[in-house]
Amino acid sequence: MPNLTLVQAVTDALRTEMRLDRDVVVFGEDVGKNGGVFRATDGLQAEFGEERVFDTPLAEAGIIGTAIGMALHGLKPVPEIQFQDFIFPAFDQIVNEAAKIRYRSGGQYQVPMVIRTPYGGGIRGGHYHSQSGEAYFTHTPGLKVVIPSTPYDAKGMLIASIRDPDPVIFMEPKRVYRAIKEEVPEQAYTVDLGKARLAREGQDISLITYGAMTHVCLEAAKQAEQEGISCEVLDLRSLMPFDGQAILKSAKKTGRVISVYEAPKTSGFGGEINAFIAENAIEYMQAPLMRVAGFDTPFPYTLEHDYMPTTERILHAIRKSRAY
Amino acid sequence: MTKYEIQTVLKGDGSSWDAHKEPHLKDDQLRAIYSTMVRVRMLNERGMNLQRQGRIGFYIGSEGQEAVHVASAAALEPTDWWFPHYRDPGVALLRGATIEQMVHQLYGNAKDMTKGRQMPNHFSFAEQNFFSISSPLTVRVPQAAGAAYAMKYKKTGQIAVSSFGDGSSSEGDFHVGLNFAAVWKAPVVFLLNNNQYAISVPSEKQTASETYAQKAEAYGFEGVRVDGNDPLAVYNAMKAAADKARAGKGPTLIECYTFRMGPHSSSDDPKRYVSPDLYQTWGAKDPILRMRNYLVRKGVWNDKLEEELTTRTKDEIQAAIKAAEDTPAPDLHLLIEDVYAEVPWHLEEQLKELRESVE
Repeated sequence: MPNLTLVQAVTDALRTEMRLDRDVVVFGEDVGKNGGVFRATDGLQAEFGEERVFDTPLAEAGIIGTAIGMALHGLKPVPEIQFQDFIFPAFDQIVNEAAKIRYRSGGQYQVPMVIRTPYGGGIRGGHYHSQSGEAYFTHTPGLKVVIPSTPYDAKGMLIASIRDPDPVIFMEPKRVYRAIKEEVPEQAYTVDLGKARLAREGQDISLITYGAMTHVCLEAAKQAEQEGISCEVLDLRSLMPFDGQAILKSAKKTGRVISVYEAPKTSGFGGEINAFIAENAIEYMQAPLMRVAGFDTPFPYTLEHDYMPTTERILHAIRKSRAY
Repeated sequence: MTKYEIQTVLKGDGSSWDAHKEPHLKDDQLRAIYSTMVRVRMLNERGMNLQRQGRIGFYIGSEGQEAVHVASAAALEPTDWWFPHYRDPGVALLRGATIEQMVHQLYGNAKDMTKGRQMPNHFSFAEQNFFSISSPLTVRVPQAAGAAYAMKYKKTGQIAVSSFGDGSSSEGDFHVGLNFAAVWKAPVVFLLNNNQYAISVPSEKQTASETYAQKAEAYGFEGVRVDGNDPLAVYNAMKAAADKARAGKGPTLIECYTFRMGPHSSSDDPKRYVSPDLYQTWGAKDPILRMRNYLVRKGVWNDKLEEELTTRTKDEIQAAIKAAEDTPAPDLHLLIEDVYAEVPWHLEEQLKELRESVE
């Protein structure tokens, strides 16, 4: 089995599925000859030709608007939005169109498409190359929102997303694009959307997270272990729909929950997770439901490290929760 | 700017015409175009009344603009995809949709094809290749370009048509849609219904361009300007644009110069902003009147046929209203269906909570 980085697993997923299904087309800004600014589509145009892998005019609303038309007419478009920060010109097409077409047409039309987009901080990208906009999309019924944190999941979830009949926002944690390698099967396989992954088993505290923060939580859990605190790390993988059963199972087991996400704290998805636990398992809670998240500020450049959840901040929350 | 001169075939009230520009249409095609225009007008009048009587919540009509979409649709293959304006019901009617289907939608009942989820006139007729309508119009411009890309990729021989208003030309989606379609040489036609008002905002506040048609030039393709109240001129323009698109020669922008003879919708009062003499000027150019005069002169229409058509349509509308009013509201479970292909667990839970609260 090849040892792949997360971004290589993305490329591998696209290549694998494009070989199996001629309806899959990949396009966006710089994805053709250049293979994407992160090289996620590297080599695809050479293998599949310009009809299936192509550069578009520089307009996100056009990329998504045309992707909708392609999906309506039987293609399986996988448009790339170069940075999630650039997705907002296409917001109307995503939120008012792609998300609502099945519903508003009484089920006559569907838009099976996957919007791939790198998201998140930690790469010194400033305001416009660092944001985590997942909550804009989880707040829109009709969209699926998924975020892999490992190469294995990246491939399996991307293939599952391409085969899914609904529009999927596939957010890629660019900070860990090349940070980890893992064995990834060569053939096609899927990882079920809507299912969380228990990234680490523990007894005392549940860290519930997703994407790049999974790795920060795992590191914090490792350090907490040395202090005699056993942390469980639940990698949600899919935010919409989210795995309510896995969340409640972990929350009921430990009775202490910390949601970790790098988006601004207020109205962030971790707040939703905590509310869900509060509604369904408050009697199991032994400490306040906590959040470690980004600041409610625009994403900063120089003070990036201070803005983001770090192992130190998570450990601090772990100790507070434990001591409560 | 002679390049963007308004193309016309029918002269004045339609009693005479340019024989060399007259399209070669069979008698039954001519009658189908005319009948559909009349049916749209009659449904429109009745629909607006239903709203005034409080029997439906809203109505948005096409009065005066029937030629733009009906004659365009007549120039297409029924397999071509229409990305509609909400003033285009005649396209679906011409392709075999029924007035009853439309009236069920106006009532949002259990037989509404949108399952009670959309405001009146927001139809969706997949069988007629008439795409689902959302209230913003211009979003469908890039969507049509994308569908056209898929048609080209799959070599289906179909084309896509995107229909929208003059106000749409100011939206970003107009720009990106025309630009993408041009770069891809996609088989698509952009049909701009220039009825001179975007709700209350007149053309001179919408654009500083002399015409809307000329905007196409900047994208590298042809724009044409047509008398939108002349069904034959509209037909010619759409036929030429469709042939061109099908031949792989890319998109065309057709500006149909017309006038909205009614309010923007049942929620609008145009007396606040439209000068009353405009209704007289444009009433004299009524597309239905002009088409009828043309057909009568050609000997393919007469008073008897007219009487039959209006009586039949009136009865059809009446029966449809009766059927719609006798049909119950959509089942509550439809509230949570079709958000996704399969209903997810959290929506079932939300509905369960509602059911418990009303029990």
